[in-house]
Amino acid sequence: MIRLASLLLILIGLYGIFSSRNVIKILIGVNVMELGVNIFIISVGFFKGGIAPILTADSFSSAMKFVDPLAQAMVLTSIVIGLGITALGLVFARKIHAQYDTYDLGAIGGGKDD
Amino acid sequence: MKKVFTAALVILFGVVLLFGLSKSIDIAGYGDGLIPGKAADAYINKNVTSGTGEIIFGETKNAETGSANMVTSVIANYRSFDTLGEVTVLFLAAVGVSLIMGKNSKEGKMKKSGFILRTSAGIIFPVMLITGIYIFTHGHLTPGGGFPGGSMIASSFLLLYLADENFKLKITGFKVAEGLAGTLYVMVGAVGLIIGGYFLINFLPTGVVGDLFSAGIIPVIYVLIGLKVGSEITGIVRDMHKEEVSV
Amino acid sequence: MMELFNILEVGISVLLIFFALAAVLSKKLLTGIVFLSVLSMAAVAAFALLSAPDVAVTEAVIGSGLVTFIFVASIRGLRKAGDGS
Repeated sequence: MIRLASLLLILIGLYGIFSSRNVIKILIGVNVMELGVNIFIISVGFFKGGIAPILTADSFSSAMKFVDPLAQAMVLTSIVIGLGITALGLVFARKIHAQYDTYDLGAIGGGKDD
Repeated sequence: MKKVFTAALVILFGVVLLFGLSKSIDIAGYGDGLIPGKAADAYINKNVTSGTGEIIFGETKNAETGSANMVTSVIANYRSFDTLGEVTVLFLAAVGVSLIMGKNSKEGKMKKSGFILRTSAGIIFPVMLITGIYIFTHGHLTPGGGFPGGSMIASSFLLLYLADENFKLKITGFKVAEGLAGTLYVMVGAVGLIIGGYFLINFLPTGVVGDLFSAGIIPVIYVLIGLKVGSEITGIVRDMHKEEVSV
Repeated sequence: MMELFNILEVGISVLLIFFALAAVLSKKLLTGIVFLSVLSMAAVAAFALLSAPDVAVTEAVIGSGLVTFIFVASIRGLRKAGDGS
């Protein structure tokens, strides 16, 4: 169910990117899409009854059923990279606004009637 | 009309996505468990290079990585080279942000914050800082690690920005910490290359699984990552807080 | 046990889709940003449900805290610059 929801999140983010020319709104769409991809990757490594991949006093042996730690490691780094991408995109958005006084990509010349 | 067209395009893409995935993955359910012999199985049992049998928490000595948190053992040991590249990407993003924001901008001023925020920030700031440091020093035992720990340190400085409208951050210390942590990360890897024959190999002895001083170089690397990520994100926060001066 | 898992799963899925739609379709920028922050919080719940505590901690700190701040700081700076010129 969550896997289906994550696929829908990807589609909603894609709609957000396509349907607006506002830079900030495009970045919001990118963020929504990124969340969807992250949840999807985590759900691929998950199975019902799987234990969180940490050895503790309760789950003490490596022979128990743990979920896939590799998928989680990939997503952990992907979240931090996402922050960097968002920050860089927002800085570009601010520069665009400082120069043209608008957030609208269509109004800054080029690609107006496509 | 344009929106309808966009929605139709997205729905078409969704149908293609669902159709393509439904052959290889069960969309609604989750499957029964890990397939034996996958890479993840070797990461869990810590027998990537040599089989050592079952790992027991608090008993097994000198396991391959010795980290009780398996995600940490993947990030800071098995795929540490990936993490080095990933930290570099974040560094490039931070450099890009400060390069673009550097000109034509000055330190921004917030509105005067409320009384409760101003007084409680002095109490919450040290607690957040210490929590961040705790998270990245215990990354091999508890959930968390260098990335959330460093981000929490950056959030604590963000709290200071929000609480005090005249707060100015001295960036020099962060620059030194960032450069030093990055250099030390590569140097730890090079030492592994000299001793063990591979870049970033775990050359320190790994103690009993679950002790604070276990897991070889993993805590060292995670402290370095925590410092590096913390200073980079603090730099991003400081740059984003600046105001644009119209040209 | 499985009963509770299924209920939580459906609840979190509905929350995820609702807040994602709200974030993308909102007219005002600030509303969209706040809904994005709430969506991050729902994603934290999803990560915790899928036994990924490391990812949940990271997403809680970065997705809900820092990303929201850099968005809000940007649109605040943009508006100031627009007024000043």
